[in-house]
Amino acid sequence: MIATSSVLGATPAEADETEVAPQVELVLDVSGSMRAKDIDGQTRIAVAKRAFGQVVDALPETTQLGIRVLGATYPGDDKRKGCLDTQQIVPVGPVDPAVAKAAIAALKPTGYTPIGLALRAAANDLGTGEGARRIVLITDGEDTCTPPDPCTVARELAAKGTKLVVDTLGLTPDEKTRKQLVCISTATGGTYASAQSEQELTDRVQQLVDRAALPPPVTPAVVAGTESCDKAPVLSPGVYSDRERIGEHRYYRVSLQADEELRASVSVALDRPVNRDYGVLLKAVTENGRELVRGLDAASGRADVISAGLRWSSAEKSDVCVIVSNSFASATAAAAPGMPLELSIDTVKASTAPDAPGLGRGWLLLLVLVVAGLIAGVLAGWLTRWWVATWREN
Amino acid sequence: MSIFLAALLLAPGSAGTSYLTATPIDTTRPVQVSAVTGDYLYWSFPATAGQQPELTAKVTLPPVADRHGYQAWTIEVFDGLRRRQPCVAGEQSPIVTNDATEVALGCKLRQVRSWAEPSDQDPLPGTYYVRLSSTALPEQDLGLPLKADLTLTAEKGDTGADQGKLAAPLNPVNRPGTVMTETPTPAPSSSATPDESWASDLVPEFSSRWVWTASGGFLAAIAGLVGFSFTRRRRRA
Repeated sequence: MIATSSVLGATPAEADETEVAPQVELVLDVSGSMRAKDIDGQTRIAVAKRAFGQVVDALPETTQLGIRVLGATYPGDDKRKGCLDTQQIVPVGPVDPAVAKAAIAALKPTGYTPIGLALRAAANDLGTGEGARRIVLITDGEDTCTPPDPCTVARELAAKGTKLVVDTLGLTPDEKTRKQLVCISTATGGTYASAQSEQELTDRVQQLVDRAALPPPVTPAVVAGTESCDKAPVLSPGVYSDRERIGEHRYYRVSLQADEELRASVSVALDRPVNRDYGVLLKAVTENGRELVRGLDAASGRADVISAGLRWSSAEKSDVCVIVSNSFASATAAAAPGMPLELSIDTVKASTAPDAPGLGRGWLLLLVLVVAGLIAGVLAGWLTRWWVATWREN
Repeated sequence: MSIFLAALLLAPGSAGTSYLTATPIDTTRPVQVSAVTGDYLYWSFPATAGQQPELTAKVTLPPVADRHGYQAWTIEVFDGLRRRQPCVAGEQSPIVTNDATEVALGCKLRQVRSWAEPSDQDPLPGTYYVRLSSTALPEQDLGLPLKADLTLTAEKGDTGADQGKLAAPLNPVNRPGTVMTETPTPAPSSSATPDESWASDLVPEFSSRWVWTASGGFLAAIAGLVGFSFTRRRRRA
């Protein structure tokens, strides 16, 4: 990614033109529990089928959609076999509504719930393209095939830097399912919702597919910050993504021309449960480590990201090092992968400090002007009188 | 199908889920979105010097029967560099009990300044981000449907107290970065280059200072005439 970026570096405008259509894959749980008749008096699978049908009908033309199911074919009791049961019934691409609906209609609630495996497979289906990729996971129960724990799988997928977001939807979820789905969505920067009725399910799936069809205006370039200033990657203006472990410092470098202003901002995503209070610090230092300016923010409680920004300018050409550090604490392992970090760098013309104002305001100004006018008038009057007097004498 | 279409037509707005996907809003029309508890909703809006943006939000909470306790909500505003901007008025972080059906939030920013020192956190012209979220809620209440309304007003204040001009507004960069392998060529980019003529630099923008200075000149001229008349009268006497 970095290599291709540097090749493209000379002509960044071209990168925008080669836009890839956003891809989304719906992953539907068709395990035995979907037979339960508890949504508006109908079975969960019947409701899910209808919701899918409506979503497929209203699909934007540009959306590349795929559908994968889990627990749909193996009816037996062998857990080993049942936990390998996941198939892609609609390949990712432009959707033919008739074909997709026929494939959905044929589904029968059957087997186990191998969520972890299905997530991995869905990530494979979506490939490793440049565009935004989303998985929408719809399930009614927790994974029955741990290990692999689906949340660990989600973390792995996110850590691969594949810009994959998993949105989860629980159908009348119990506590365990809810916790698992929340964990999966938090790890990948996705959202979690529960659906108790057909309307809620349809609306939410539709909303998620619509969101997927509207990709972010920019896909951040992957970069790896270093632990010291001299080895740090030199960044040009743009948006980057990286990962930072708890308590780690990451260095980046920016070359500034004379009279240029550096604008940097960073967001660190809370992709795991963290202790109540936390913060992020963004510092700009010289190559020797002298601090120039800092931006920081601290918060507590639930949050998706915490961010900070800074501006700095100099009259001379200089190299500035940007350091991102954090003060998170978490009960989960502090080891890799780190927390997702989004860094945005911009350089603009420096803003000059303003001169003294050209215009005035206030009662004092009026008083000064009136007194000055009065004195000027009196002087002018005296001058005129003296001039008239001397003129008469001559 | 018809119900679904109707639902689509009635959906009057959307919200982003991150800084990058924040949905632009403006002062002309309020937005309403459906979301679920636990969502982080992002919007962005532009502001110019002299404005004092104010946001008011109303969240229609999920049915009381489905909820299990207190919820803490917050509306936060960040500038184009994702720096937190304080609210000077408005209920920014209300806490609601489990019998409340809706919660009202508000945030009024400081007046946007035309220039500030780079090390200052003052609000500057450019893009602003709004994040509406709940900071604390019972775990079992996550994912329940709700509705959120957001209105933006931006009262135009007086820029008379400000000098200086920002070379480029604080707008986000919307392109992927590139890691440079060699010494960079001088290519000062800018997310927005202002095309201003020299005249606009020389003549300050209209503000109360123009009124004060002009009326000062007028009063000074009258005072001059009065002063002149004093000397005339004394001569006649």
